[in-house]
Amino acid sequence: MSARLTLNLTRAGGGMAAVCLILFATAAPARAQALVADLSRHFVAITTGFTGAEVLLFGAVEGEGDVVVVVRGPDHRVVVHRKARILGVWVNAAQMTFEHVPSFYAVAASGPLAEIASETVRARHELGVEYLRLRLPPAKASPNVALEWRKGLVRNYQRLGLYPREPGTVTFLGNRLFRTRITLPANVPTGVYQVQTYLLRHGRIVSAQTTPLSVSKIGTEAVISDFARRQAPLYGLIAITVALVAGWIAHLAFRKA
Amino acid sequence: MQIYLPIAEMSVDVFLLLGMGGLIGFLSGAFGVGGGFLMTPLLIFIGIPPAVAVATGANQIVASSVSGVLAHWERGNVDVKMGLVLLIGGFCGSTSGIVLFSFLRGAGQIDLVISLSYVVFLGIIGLLMLWESVRSIRRRRVAAAQRRKLHQHTWVHGLPFKMRFRRSKLYISALLPIAIGFVVGALTAIMGVGGGFIMVPAMIYLLGMPTSVVVGTSLFQIIFVTANVTFLQAYANQTVDVILAILLLAGAVVGAQFGAKAGARLRGEQLRGLLAVLVLLVSAKLFFDLLATPEDLYVLGVTP
Repeated sequence: MSARLTLNLTRAGGGMAAVCLILFATAAPARAQALVADLSRHFVAITTGFTGAEVLLFGAVEGEGDVVVVVRGPDHRVVVHRKARILGVWVNAAQMTFEHVPSFYAVAASGPLAEIASETVRARHELGVEYLRLRLPPAKASPNVALEWRKGLVRNYQRLGLYPREPGTVTFLGNRLFRTRITLPANVPTGVYQVQTYLLRHGRIVSAQTTPLSVSKIGTEAVISDFARRQAPLYGLIAITVALVAGWIAHLAFRKA
Repeated sequence: MQIYLPIAEMSVDVFLLLGMGGLIGFLSGAFGVGGGFLMTPLLIFIGIPPAVAVATGANQIVASSVSGVLAHWERGNVDVKMGLVLLIGGFCGSTSGIVLFSFLRGAGQIDLVISLSYVVFLGIIGLLMLWESVRSIRRRRVAAAQRRKLHQHTWVHGLPFKMRFRRSKLYISALLPIAIGFVVGALTAIMGVGGGFIMVPAMIYLLGMPTSVVVGTSLFQIIFVTANVTFLQAYANQTVDVILAILLLAGAVVGAQFGAKAGARLRGEQLRGLLAVLVLLVSAKLFFDLLATPEDLYVLGVTP
């Protein structure tokens, strides 16, 4: 319960004011750096009541420029199936495996990405979902076929809410301070996320900073899913025992009624 | 109130799960069925991954079968010997079912096989039940029920390894119950059902067991088969969500009490007719889902 409370407080943006104070206090030594950014918290806990979370990213820049923030979940391997109609029934007819697919991917920028960053910069730093390097081995798929597959993959992740369709906005407060909200949905995968903040001038990156964000289950959820993975046979036996006891209790309750 | 399910890795409304458990419990109380065949599609419908739905369904059926069998046990309606013979087949069947499940899951065909199994088996059973109940309602109007032979002698009775089952008043080959147990065990693993809806007709029509011991014996062996499936799913696929199972169970216990009261008010044939319609509806829904053009041709598979 207390974990939720803290979560709500941070979500309400209470952290922002305090954080700005610290920023102003440390503004002098930071002058040499063109970009400073940090998160309102570096740890998102998935507890029983978890319905998603918001993390505040804030920072300051030195001089003019635009800010782009990329949040990337841990990479994993993904299998995609393509359906085809066989005898009137839709079945998974073909499959492809993508390596290194970010399990979460969100971008926020202080203006339209196409105007802020040049094509080459966007491609090199994977700014925008269309620039994600999701490649299939050329032996398996010709470029235009591969494009269809990757579009399909991205659509699926967008439906799951793991690749937000619309880029977020980075808001400037005055000329130097900026902030943006990172929204993590309830089905967010666990692991260490990389939050990359870029400062761009005239379409080129002049400064960058990476901040890790850890998302993990804590409390009962962590204990259960950990136990289910590490002690699978014992977990199975416990699941059976729980069911047996529950059934017996139900029988006793029935007999009374 | 949302609760995060640790294995399904998603958060679901607690009252939705309790309500679903209650609904299934109500139906199982009213109709005397396990309800697994409705529970698994419902869980998939609310977004639980099919593999988790199937495995957790099996876990929940362990509990509902225990509470069911104890009532039958007290009335002496369990043929333990027959149950054990069915179990030999059931263990082999459910174990091979899990192997097949893991293989199909890797090949990306598990959802299709789950749906097709539901369409085929629910369709057949639903039609048979509907026909049977319509016929008996009609017959009741025409004349009193004729006396039937205990069972007919067919090629089945020529099979070797004959055994005597006193409580079921049968002297038949053990191969037949083993084969039935095997098929139902495999279905339990793949469909996440207790298999009572196939086991019960098979016991009555194929084995010729007296109806009084059929339900008790079926429940008796379902406990062990679903326990085996729970264990193997937890071990091989890590897809059993205990929290989900407990919530469904809590709802089911309460629902079953109301269901039993409602069931007592309805007549047998009407009850069976209603259940048949319900079974056919689920089957038809899944069938149309298979035929309908999918929202997206590309779907995500499981990560190996």
